[in-house]
Amino acid sequence: MSVDLQRYSTGSFFDEMFVRSDLSRPHAKELTRLLLSLGDDELAARQASADLAIKEMGITFSVYSEDEGTIDRAWPFDILPRIIPKAEWDRAEAGLKQRVRALNMFIDDIYHEQRIVAEGVFPPEVLAKSKNFRPQCVGVSPPSSVWAHICGSDLVRDRDGIIYLLEDNLRVPSGVSYMLENRLVTKRVFPELFDIYAPLPVDGYTAQLYDTLAQLSPRHTSRPEVVVLTPGMFNSAYFEHAYLAQEMGCQLVEGRDLFVDDDDCVYMRTVSGPQRVDVIYRRIDDDFLDPEVFRAESTLGVRGLMRAWKAGKVGLANAPGAGVADDKVVYAFVPDFIRFYLDEEPQIPNVLTYRCLFEKERNYVLANLDKLVVKPANESGGYGMLMGQTASSAERERFAALIRADPRNYIAQPTLGLSTVPTVVGRSVEPRHVDLRPFILSGRTVQVTMGGLTRVALRKGSLVVNSSQGGGSKDTWIVDTGDV
Amino acid sequence: MLSRVAENVYWMCRYIERAENIARVVAVTHNLQLDLPRGVTPGWKPLIDVTDAHAMYEARHKDYGERQVVRFLLGDPDSASSVRCCLRRARENCRTVRDILPREAWQYLTELQLYVDENLNSGLTRSGRYAFLDRIIRSCQMTVGLLGSVMTRDISYQFLRLGRNLERADMTTRFIDMSPSVRQSAKGPDLTSLETVQWVNVLWSLSAYHMYRRKLRSQVQREHVLWFLFKDDEFPRSFMHCLNAVEESLGTLENSSPCLLAVRNVVKDLEQVDVETLEARALDGLVDLLQRGLMDIHETVARMYFLPPAGT
Repeated sequence: MSVDLQRYSTGSFFDEMFVRSDLSRPHAKELTRLLLSLGDDELAARQASADLAIKEMGITFSVYSEDEGTIDRAWPFDILPRIIPKAEWDRAEAGLKQRVRALNMFIDDIYHEQRIVAEGVFPPEVLAKSKNFRPQCVGVSPPSSVWAHICGSDLVRDRDGIIYLLEDNLRVPSGVSYMLENRLVTKRVFPELFDIYAPLPVDGYTAQLYDTLAQLSPRHTSRPEVVVLTPGMFNSAYFEHAYLAQEMGCQLVEGRDLFVDDDDCVYMRTVSGPQRVDVIYRRIDDDFLDPEVFRAESTLGVRGLMRAWKAGKVGLANAPGAGVADDKVVYAFVPDFIRFYLDEEPQIPNVLTYRCLFEKERNYVLANLDKLVVKPANESGGYGMLMGQTASSAERERFAALIRADPRNYIAQPTLGLSTVPTVVGRSVEPRHVDLRPFILSGRTVQVTMGGLTRVALRKGSLVVNSSQGGGSKDTWIVDTGDV
Repeated sequence: MLSRVAENVYWMCRYIERAENIARVVAVTHNLQLDLPRGVTPGWKPLIDVTDAHAMYEARHKDYGERQVVRFLLGDPDSASSVRCCLRRARENCRTVRDILPREAWQYLTELQLYVDENLNSGLTRSGRYAFLDRIIRSCQMTVGLLGSVMTRDISYQFLRLGRNLERADMTTRFIDMSPSVRQSAKGPDLTSLETVQWVNVLWSLSAYHMYRRKLRSQVQREHVLWFLFKDDEFPRSFMHCLNAVEESLGTLENSSPCLLAVRNVVKDLEQVDVETLEARALDGLVDLLQRGLMDIHETVARMYFLPPAGT
């Protein structure tokens, strides 16, 4: 039987492939044709073969459980690529570059003159209560004044079809390895579509990442020693840490592999004795980075690392303290940063955000909790949020009290109607909600991945795309359709 | 090469080797009981003696019956002498060094661990035991073979080889040690022919039977078996061969003189002894001496190349 698209219901959401069940968008015509010609057996068989490929290729994310230790779960993947026309992507890419430039200027300003506070654009009380502001970083000047070398920003498309920026991840954003592996799997599964669409390649990322990191080397050698610092195999992103190290040809190190000597240089312990390290792509949070400066009980980090970094003896990416801009309250001010530092209008709009810090906005939030999503400043992975529409009244009461007690720590946004794309469900195709996480590399130049990681909420009706909560992913195709 | 990585590669290989050897000794003992004359029961306790795991064993089981011993050696989740635990640790070590190993190594170890978890109950039954152990032994050999056939002979390979040969040498001494105690714990008549059966058993445990026959062209005799397993330099599981391989690997590393010294001390200890004529008690003493020597080699390697223990 052929795949039944007649029952594909786009509902009230913006579907990226279909205008109606019988009318596909121009860039989706060929994909639709292929789906109709495949037959439902073949569709299910291709999904099964992709699942097998993922198992064989060992693409996993780790879940840690008390009983069973670390479990590797196969990375849930949907075979139907999500197609984005290049002209639209070019605009998004320009907007991301603009945004990350402004974010880096903001971080650098915050750790130096704090011009933006002095000129009244950014409220001092937001800064004063920022959990990720690191006083230890004041006055440090990293190369090219860049603090967030690797940024993962989440883009969503609302019911109106417009792309909004939902959040910026400036600490240790993950997911890029899955973006790269997804492409390899799709090549196995849908080779015929590549002929038709010629999606732009994504595989330049690891080389660009290496170059961006190498620029941070304090020594001018042809091949500086760049390492990837992981918290270890119990971390959910361990697969990615190992993957990136291998792809860049770098050592994957843990904190105990490194030490800082009296000369303030960082060394790794090798079988041939200590060996100098120039740049560390660290995938552990500031808090655990250096027990001498941050959490004293941390065993994941390296004693003296901050000393080495401040002395300019080692490059750190992302720089400690970069997380100051990775805060959902600070997020609400990013459009102001763009205007302030670049004297430009933001090219990608923020999601409408109410800042509970301001009385007027707070009152609106408290009066409309049943329509809003409330987020604390510093949680990730979808934790600690209130989904006002579905929450119980007790839950809403609890959040109202939390907001009143600490207004600076909360923002609220209208419930977004994330766009949908066709996704394989059994032997058929149904709409599922997606977001998009592109990765932006900043060094002497700014580079954006071609597309990014599309995360998809596999559960019917769910808007939560996080892998820890039933999310999967899709390959993302930037396709030159010739239009502008 | 990172010290931690060297250590993980080393232990990964030790655990694969150990898992294979334990599986082998269980398989051989299982077969032996079918060969014994009526009225003679093989003791299963020597298998626990081999692995020095009495304390842990006795905390779990009251007596040394077949069922309990086999369960402990194949399926105990925490004992470093159980196949299941060794394979889990081999895989955990492999996980952190995946980037320097061929991709299939991780895949093989993952598949094997899944197999062991899923089929353990069948492996505990007498009828399912052979297939279960056979699969484990084959998969271990396949993994070791893979590493040997595709890995570049760089430093990481030398650590892999060090781990494998030290574990092998250790297991060979343990299997030799097992034989006299088998004799003591078996109950029944006709002990002289039984002794031969038990030496054959030792040879089979080390996959050494046919090689022994080819080399010595004689019936299985205690003195020849002892010479063959301790001193024959050509059989890859003989103690001397393993130590020569260890010495060779160490020779390729920097700063290895303290380790080489430790190896030569053990070689000297063995060379001074005429193993063929050793009586049971002297044999025990030699095995103890050699095992202490292996421990000393391990500790020297760890001190020279591995990460210092936390807090130092």
